Amino acid sequence: MSQRPITEDDLHAYVDRVLEPERQAEVASYLEAHPEVAKRVEAFSDQRELLRTALAPIAEEPLPPELNLSRIIESRRQRRRSPVWWAIAAMLLVCFGGAGGWVLRSEVPGSPALTGLAALAQEATASYNVYAPDRVRPVELRASDSAQLVQWASSRLHQPVKVPDLAAAGFRLMGGRVVATSHGPAAMFMYDDDHGERLVVLTRPMSVDQGAPMTPLTNGDVAGFSWADNGMGYSLVSQASADSLRPLANEVRRQARAT
Amino acid sequence: MLLQVEPLIPALRRYARALVGNAATADDLVQDCLERAVSHWHQRREGNPRSWLFAILHNLAINQFRQAKTRGRHVTIEETSESDLGEDAVQERKLMYQDVLNKLARLPEEQRAVLLLVAVEDLSYADAAKVLNIPIGTVMSRLSRARERLQQEIEGTALAVSANVVPLRSLK
Repeated sequence: MSQRPITEDDLHAYVDRVLEPERQAEVASYLEAHPEVAKRVEAFSDQRELLRTALAPIAEEPLPPELNLSRIIESRRQRRRSPVWWAIAAMLLVCFGGAGGWVLRSEVPGSPALTGLAALAQEATASYNVYAPDRVRPVELRASDSAQLVQWASSRLHQPVKVPDLAAAGFRLMGGRVVATSHGPAAMFMYDDDHGERLVVLTRPMSVDQGAPMTPLTNGDVAGFSWADNGMGYSLVSQASADSLRPLANEVRRQARAT
Repeated sequence: MLLQVEPLIPALRRYARALVGNAATADDLVQDCLERAVSHWHQRREGNPRSWLFAILHNLAINQFRQAKTRGRHVTIEETSESDLGEDAVQERKLMYQDVLNKLARLPEEQRAVLLLVAVEDLSYADAAKVLNIPIGTVMSRLSRARERLQQEIEGTALAVSANVVPLRSLK
């Protein structure tokens, strides 16, 4: 029988039971023929069992809370958030107030809260950014329910609200909703044209800038115009060019003044 | 990650405690190891993270040893629990376990590490080589020396007739 010689490594592998069954048998028969080696191998095996038994209880101890992996993962997540995360969160709150927009990040963080037309323009942009991309429910009440929409908006704004009609300019009313601003409720109306281009008109009562001329605005890729007449502020915003929006803004102002 | 790592924590604790001796120090090392595993999870190699985790733990323990060496250190593996000391047979057995752990603690660190990884934690020789960052041949020679030396310690005790030494009748 041609056999590879049994090495020291084989003896340890025999003790650790990691040999192929065939080799295991070869080592076993070698040990039968060499009682001195067998004695040593047996001692190593006993030693191995003794160590395993002596150390087994450590692995059975209940884990202290410091070694709870879910806890470690969670505390790492929190550590990663603070303090930078909280600083960013605070900055976002300062920037966006209750308007809920996120695209206004170009605003200087920590700048004093906007008032008047500037605030209105920002609120209109925020509403545009939140609702115009919404494919599921961009408006709460649709154009078919415009009577209800007018009633709702008028009661929340404590002002008679009229829905501007931009059909002549190619923009159909989709509908609208009452939205939150840091200056109270505002009425938002949304329109779209044949190309799916959407625009938003936001209106609410003004405490500052009760009357103000047509003022252009840009915020990121959103542009538009804001103005105020008789205590009511208006802002018309879209992603279209300011030039194409100006006649629309003029039309909305004309209709509002006509009442 | 939770599913892959959590079941390994008891074994990591056992290895750490048997390697460094002190339970509190060992658990600190395991905690450190788990935190690193969480933050470097994306850097692990594919497959079972077992040898990766043991490698992190081992390296942390080695750093610990280096620091401790400058201060002077004494390793004794602490008793695992105080319960059930009633019966003589149980107590004798416990003393026997404690005795072999004390002898294990007297081995050089490098030999102790190999013996623990291979004989207790069931790592393959190749995985142990990876964990310790040494060639497999070195694993084998350290394993051999560790077993010889531990055996000498055990037999030496068995032969010694001394009042404070427990005779290990079950061992030849």
